[in-house]
Amino acid sequence: MKTILIIVQKEFKQIFRNKAMLPIIFLMPIIQILILSNAATFEVKDIRLAIIDNDKTSYSRDLISKFNASSYFIVSGESASQKQAQQSIQKGNIDAIIEIPKYFERDLIKDKTGSISVQIDAINGATAGVANGYITQIIQSFNTKIITDLQAYQPKNKNQSLKMIRFNPAFWYNQTLDYKTFMVPGIIVILVTMITFFLSGMNIVREKEIGTLEQMNVTPIKKYQFIIGKLLPFWILGIFILFFGMNIGRFLFHVPLLGNPAVILLFSSIYILVFLGMGFLISNFTETQQQAMFIAWFFVVIFILMSGLFTPIESMPVWAQKITEFNPVRYFIEVIRLVMLKGSGFYDILPQMIKITIYALIMNTLAVVSYRKTT
Amino acid sequence: MKREHSISVKNLTKKFGDFTAVDAISFTVKKGEIFGFLGANGAGKTTAMKMLIGISKPTSGEAEVAGFDVYKSTEKIKKNIGYMSQKFALYDDLTVRENAQFFGGIYGLSKKVIKERTQAFISELGIDDIADHLVGSLPLGWKQKLAFSVALLHRPQIIFLDEPTGGVDPITRRQFWEMIYKQAHQGTTIFVTTHYMDEAEYCDRVSIMVAGKIEALDSPENLRKQFAVNSMNEVFLKLARG
Repeated sequence: MKTILIIVQKEFKQIFRNKAMLPIIFLMPIIQILILSNAATFEVKDIRLAIIDNDKTSYSRDLISKFNASSYFIVSGESASQKQAQQSIQKGNIDAIIEIPKYFERDLIKDKTGSISVQIDAINGATAGVANGYITQIIQSFNTKIITDLQAYQPKNKNQSLKMIRFNPAFWYNQTLDYKTFMVPGIIVILVTMITFFLSGMNIVREKEIGTLEQMNVTPIKKYQFIIGKLLPFWILGIFILFFGMNIGRFLFHVPLLGNPAVILLFSSIYILVFLGMGFLISNFTETQQQAMFIAWFFVVIFILMSGLFTPIESMPVWAQKITEFNPVRYFIEVIRLVMLKGSGFYDILPQMIKITIYALIMNTLAVVSYRKTT
Repeated sequence: MKREHSISVKNLTKKFGDFTAVDAISFTVKKGEIFGFLGANGAGKTTAMKMLIGISKPTSGEAEVAGFDVYKSTEKIKKNIGYMSQKFALYDDLTVRENAQFFGGIYGLSKKVIKERTQAFISELGIDDIADHLVGSLPLGWKQKLAFSVALLHRPQIIFLDEPTGGVDPITRRQFWEMIYKQAHQGTTIFVTTHYMDEAEYCDRVSIMVAGKIEALDSPENLRKQFAVNSMNEVFLKLARG
């Protein structure tokens, strides 16, 4: 126990003596949360829209004015021809074309039907999907309006009219659909993951590089003392950054903390062990910090992309969803969102807790087994 | 303890696949002796030394260090030996005192003992003014002397020095050897590898390894006589060239 304490003391001295360390601990969380949570948004704004009005009637103008009124669209080139509009989409000057056909109004009144062509630049599938959603919404609301109008003109046809289905979506747990509320907890997780993973992995390889690890190996330090002494400081650092980040989220973005922070503390205590174990494992199989860094990056990129932070896991192909089962980052993001935004308690996150505990056990066992004082 | 030998080695062998790095070497080192372990680069010195300090498992053969078996009791060996490697092994980002605190601490010395012994070597080296400087800011010669002093903090029976004076100027080397002598007089066994043949002359006995085998083992004087030459340098060249 005393030996562990001596190692921990020494590590902390070295950590805080390292000039790059304090900015990593304090500035990195602030900058990442500020930039990423503002930049990594799912909101699509300012969709550049070309509307080709071949009808030029009150209905078509009505529809156009609805697009004009929406803050999501910038309507340009109302009179452009289809050819012109397609050239603009080719050049990337506009994102979508809406073409109102000739006799749009006449058909609507006569046949109770009309069609509008919508073409969307789908280079970025996600943006295209969102744009499509907005366009559909506006056309639907236009649709409802004219149904009402037509009914007023021809009351006899009441039974013929379409049943209006209104949906009033209610967004639970994030009423305002504020993506920051959604992103900030996830970004905190990424932050904690990267810092604990990289620092612990690099730290031990560094001792290998400068030769002090060999010196350690000829001392009577026990394996477990060395490992605990080495990793404990980064565990403490990880917990600190987690709560530091959560407070930044709370005060800058007003991200709520509905659940019990103790649940997050408990989960993250085990979660951080997973990455400390992995960092240690990598350092056992590498000789230089550079190698360790590349391997750690490889895993971190996969973990982040498959964590459900940027792309929902539900929309991944089934095989990819299976892979995310092995992604510890995914579980922490789920848990931190559940606890912070939904107020979930310990029993709600028990499945994730069990998985992450198994993960931590496996990683640390592998790390301990593969670390050898004697070769 | 009546034990006369600090280290006794019999047919110690280390193989890496087909390559035999250390080929059945046998020797003994007496208590308080300065034992020079010589050999060209790649002759197997470091590998042999690693087996003795318990960080490399022998393939076959027997060895006892400080009375403990190198197969069964590596941890006990580690408690009783000091080690200083050719790569400088104190922490650059800790001060002299902090390094001493750390290394003394992991050998289980009490804070008081560490403090006393640290102050003792600081006074002896006359380095009160730099004792609170980061080790990284000190010249190499100082670092080596400090590493040696720190490796002795827990008063080991044997100290292993792996090319301790590599890259150090002649004056500092001289001072370093004075420290070694002093320690040997106090009964510490010194096991030292070196490339400097003038240093070999300082040793009580010298072994010369060539291609994994010990080709010569005696006092520098006897070796010179045996090979009918005037210096250890010539002895070494005769042997190493084959």
